[in-house]
Amino acid sequence: MYKLLLCQKYLRTRYIALASIISVMLGVATMIVVNSVMAGFSSEMRDRIKGLLSDVVIETNGYDGEKNPDAHAALVKKVVGEHIAGMTTTVEIYGMISFEYAGQWITRPVTLIGIDPQSKAEVGPLVDYLQSYRQEKEGDEVVREAERQANEPPGWSLTSSARNYRRDRAAQEAFFREQRLHDQRQRGAAVPENRKPAVDDSVVDPFAMEAQANGAAVPPAPVDPTEPLPGKLYIGAGLISFPFEDAETGKIRTQWMVRTGDDVKISTVTAGTPQPVYFNATVVDTFKSGMSEYDSSLVFCNLEYLQQVRGMVHPTTGERAITSIQLKLKDFRSAGEVVDKLRAAFPPGLYTIRTWEQKQGPLLAAVDVESSILNVLLFLIITVAGFGILAIFFMIVVEKTRDIGVLKALGASSTGVMSIFLLYGLSLGVVGSGGGVACGLLFVRYINQIELVITYITGRKVFDERIYYFPEIPTYIDPWMVVSVALGAMGIAVLASILPARRAARLQPVQALRSE
Amino acid sequence: MSDPVVDESCETILLSSAMPPHAQLVATGIDKAYRKGDHQVPVLRGVDISIDRGEFLSIVGQSGSGKSTLLHLMGLLDAPDLGEVLLDGQRIDDLPARTRDQIRNRVFGFVFQFYHLMPELTLVENVVLPLMIRHSIWSYWKNCRSHIDRAKQLIDRVGLSHRLTHKPSELSGGEMQRAAIARALVSQPQILLADEPTGNLDEKTGREIMDLLKRLNTEEQLSIVMVTHDAQLAREATRTVRLTAGRVEALAGAA
Repeated sequence: MYKLLLCQKYLRTRYIALASIISVMLGVATMIVVNSVMAGFSSEMRDRIKGLLSDVVIETNGYDGEKNPDAHAALVKKVVGEHIAGMTTTVEIYGMISFEYAGQWITRPVTLIGIDPQSKAEVGPLVDYLQSYRQEKEGDEVVREAERQANEPPGWSLTSSARNYRRDRAAQEAFFREQRLHDQRQRGAAVPENRKPAVDDSVVDPFAMEAQANGAAVPPAPVDPTEPLPGKLYIGAGLISFPFEDAETGKIRTQWMVRTGDDVKISTVTAGTPQPVYFNATVVDTFKSGMSEYDSSLVFCNLEYLQQVRGMVHPTTGERAITSIQLKLKDFRSAGEVVDKLRAAFPPGLYTIRTWEQKQGPLLAAVDVESSILNVLLFLIITVAGFGILAIFFMIVVEKTRDIGVLKALGASSTGVMSIFLLYGLSLGVVGSGGGVACGLLFVRYINQIELVITYITGRKVFDERIYYFPEIPTYIDPWMVVSVALGAMGIAVLASILPARRAARLQPVQALRSE
Repeated sequence: MSDPVVDESCETILLSSAMPPHAQLVATGIDKAYRKGDHQVPVLRGVDISIDRGEFLSIVGQSGSGKSTLLHLMGLLDAPDLGEVLLDGQRIDDLPARTRDQIRNRVFGFVFQFYHLMPELTLVENVVLPLMIRHSIWSYWKNCRSHIDRAKQLIDRVGLSHRLTHKPSELSGGEMQRAAIARALVSQPQILLADEPTGNLDEKTGREIMDLLKRLNTEEQLSIVMVTHDAQLAREATRTVRLTAGRVEALAGAA
């Protein structure tokens, strides 16, 4: 009984113990904040990494594709049909995108993916990333409202603003062409046939002619200048835009090099013996998944057109080849089982069948390793707090030597005296981690406001959205993390008080009483 | 005292039987030395002392004569290098630590020169502390009321009932010593061990404390061993033992 009483009295009267409470508190709060932010980043990262990927992907090892997609789809359905929530077929191939910006041609390597937007949207979050469905924001300022309704299924039509832009541009170019012709006529020179605007091949598509020569059935090029070309694209925002700081306002703005409604050039190779092919295509939309690896390398194209261009359409049967089947599962926890079943069902060596986690394994592993290293380092902070307790407790034991002697004279046992100090350590730990948990949770709750305040005071941006894709600091509080951090801190507090407590317990009453 | 020529096999029996049958606490052949590095400083050299039930024994001697050490040894606060301490004929100095703790708690009441009250606790809490130490949390709570009442009774007895919730730092020296006596009495000890109880007090307050002790001795037949360097006070005890250089010098009769 006296243990509790004394412990409580010591807690209330020893202000030096406040120092150890605060150090435990800070350690716990730091661990909770950092862990929450790390978890927030990592779950956000996972979302980003997952991004446009589907749960399970079946890929052919070659780029020629598989001739019989329906049979494959049927096989997939037969084997793992009960787990599947959605399925789509795609064609993936490397390529290059070229466009003209500021008087220069810019060419970038891309992964070209032929998709059917509607079924692709069923297997992954496509619509969420397409920018015409979203407001475009720069900082807090809305630059552009959403141009499509959220319930509009994704397709290859242009938005009305893109159409207007396209019409204006066509008119402008027609005007310049007239001007040039006029100039040349005045100079009396002959008009060369190939003097056409570099990008705008909307009227006569050289590829279309070539494809026709190859025997592929190509829909006639549209005459209406507001209509997109037969090749239609969703382009990753990172490929065609870059952030810059406005010199006047200091705000981060996005400069677009290509807008929706513009035409760009795509180069790739055909299936079979690779032959270079290129075609012009209209940018129907841009996407931003937040994962820069995807945003700066992926270009989605309409599947049928890509199949035609790459000669993946069988000339007689009209069967279209595909290179991958993407599946969405009802429950991702069954992914391992699905992959195993599919691997058993498909002939070995021809296909790569993976979950998205396996596909992005190294990246995910890196995130995990990062957070576990950080945790080890942070736990050292609490250990430091533990040593603080150790030192302060030794002080208190020395200070209380006489009282310990009295307690023993009154019949307190060594274990009793020891448990006073262990209990004391435990209460410091409990109070400290309680305060730490409260502070940490509050800090996490208001972390973005705090960031603003710090930015305001220091004049330097703490969290720069140019570096991260997140508009604000993402956090995720795992209750188990909070509990284990708090328990760990209490454990360390008790551990740190063991040595001083033992010292107190071993004091001889007479020695203790003598210490005047 | 004990016969030097004694058959070793029945030493204990003889020792206890050699004592007067009413001897309550006996210390025989006590040797105690303090070590300071390689130096041995002998404090007690073969001290024999005993106290009868209901006796008021005072131990006098100069500073450094070992009288406090002897008191501590008798109260099991320290262990002798040689010799034995017997309580009602039973040897108690070699008992396990746990038992000695209990004996300290139940048999002895301690009063110190510097009062040694817990500065964090109020007067009542200080007085009730031995009972808290004796009982586990559960059994203390069950009888919490009666324990507190007993403490209050004793505080009333020493005349401090108007100071119940004061901290020791708010009390005067005499009041603190009276509180310490109340604390020593709360566990209903058989023997009160007082180490210079008046040593830190002025003459008048010392007088009051002395009267209190004498009253306890006569009214309740409480055995008291008091260490003091004041021959005047010592004379008020029923019996006085003088220690000189670690030896019992002379036995003075009752005052």
